Amino acid sequence: MEYLLLIYHSEANLGKMVPADTADLYREYGLLREELAGKGKFLGGSQLMPTTVATTVRVRDGKRVVTDGPFAETKEQLGGYFLVNANDLDEAIAIAARIPSARNGTIEVRPLAVRGQAKQA
Amino acid sequence: MDFEKLHREESGRILATLIGLLGDFDLAEEMLQEAYAVAVQKWPSDGTPANPRAWLISTARHKAIDRLRRDQRFERKSEEIAKTAEIAAQPEGDREEEMFADDRLRLIFTCCHPALPLEARVALTLRTVCGITTEEISRAFLVPLATMAQRLVRAKGKIREAGIPYRVPLPEELRERLDGVLLVVYLIFNEGYLASSGDALIRRELCAEAIRLGRVLCGLLQKQAEAQALLGLMLLQDSRRDARVSAQGELVLLEEQDRGLWHGEQIQEGTELVKSALRRGAAGAYALQASIAALHANAKTAKDTDWPQIAALYDALLRMRTSPVIEVNRAVAVAMARSMEEGLALLDELERREELKEFHLLPAARADLLRRLGRKGEAADAYRQALSLATNDIERRFLRRRLADLEKLSDPRS
Repeated sequence: MEYLLLIYHSEANLGKMVPADTADLYREYGLLREELAGKGKFLGGSQLMPTTVATTVRVRDGKRVVTDGPFAETKEQLGGYFLVNANDLDEAIAIAARIPSARNGTIEVRPLAVRGQAKQA
Repeated sequence: MDFEKLHREESGRILATLIGLLGDFDLAEEMLQEAYAVAVQKWPSDGTPANPRAWLISTARHKAIDRLRRDQRFERKSEEIAKTAEIAAQPEGDREEEMFADDRLRLIFTCCHPALPLEARVALTLRTVCGITTEEISRAFLVPLATMAQRLVRAKGKIREAGIPYRVPLPEELRERLDGVLLVVYLIFNEGYLASSGDALIRRELCAEAIRLGRVLCGLLQKQAEAQALLGLMLLQDSRRDARVSAQGELVLLEEQDRGLWHGEQIQEGTELVKSALRRGAAGAYALQASIAALHANAKTAKDTDWPQIAALYDALLRMRTSPVIEVNRAVAVAMARSMEEGLALLDELERREELKEFHLLPAARADLLRRLGRKGEAADAYRQALSLATNDIERRFLRRRLADLEKLSDPRS
């Protein structure tokens, strides 16, 4: 199954990190990506630019409503994602737990819908 | 053939095997129902098969293959064809007892997966592992039937769609996941043991099911001391079931219970389990609570209770996690072990805490200590305060009785 691991972290805290720590964090991310890619489990992923440069778009009554900022103001922001291939939820959870930001942020694990199977609960 | 009994006793195990074979909760349940329907029709005339369980599994399995084949005629889903091939390739006939046990264990871990909401884990375990009907579960938990049904549908949907696996966790995950399973078993037991209202029969059944699950876990995971401690705890608590409530349905306090009604064999088994768990290094909340229960259960009379040790165990429990119930129980143990005044001082301290303002056991415990000290007026006030907070009918009746006794004693006319 394919799972999208949404990485939420505090942009404020990330901004406060000293360069050496940031470098360590990126190195750790890089190693995990390489390891997963080597096993064919990493399908894609990227860090995102901060929410200060986010734009939100809605179409209402045929009209575009474009606003500055993220969809929701929250304490932690969506900062990146991994798209992974895992046998089951347990494996996806095990990968999510190894994402460095899991230690101070939050990883949301979402299976990808296949063939329009996603109905509203 | 008693179909009712067969259904009750075997459904959980058969369902576990079928879910394993079919990889689908709903399909397994539906096919099992169909297999039962065939059995009800055929067995009375053809005779009951030598192994009813194997017969039901095999029949349900064939029904599932037919069903999947029929569906394919309309929608040739490659995935389902693969599934049919897989099921068709499974060995026919009897499977060994231990295979059933493995199926059950896998099913327990799936139903208790932390990715499911806690209340759904409890409901799903009762429904699929224990074979209790949705209606009975809804009655036991005082939840409308439609709500309970929806809860189960959602949980099964998540298992399927989020890819929650049907297997025993890997050794490195087992410890953590087992804690989650034990919690579900403990909640099922407590619902039966402490529930304030609802059907008494179903509640007793919940306790029995929780104990049965505890036995399955201990049998299959022999090195897990915490599972042993939990089973011991449940057996010890449950051993008092006939003494806790009087013939009139009134609550009887531990101190006043007829100890002759306690189930001695269960106490012995529970005590042995606790000892063994402690030897294996169990030091968690279940082990501590079970040790307390063992001390109560093995006291010949209320006076023989080893209160100093119980107070020390509550201390240890409190260091592990704070809970108003534990705090109140500890204060009572201190009162019994050392002096009423010391226990009362601890309760007074708790009363000053904002978060315990609504907690009825606190004034109830104070009332009891004050009564023992002969401070009747204050005791009556505390009973009234407890009454204003308690919601459970049995407890309210008990508090009212105690209050009436006090008023009788202090009324000069009587």
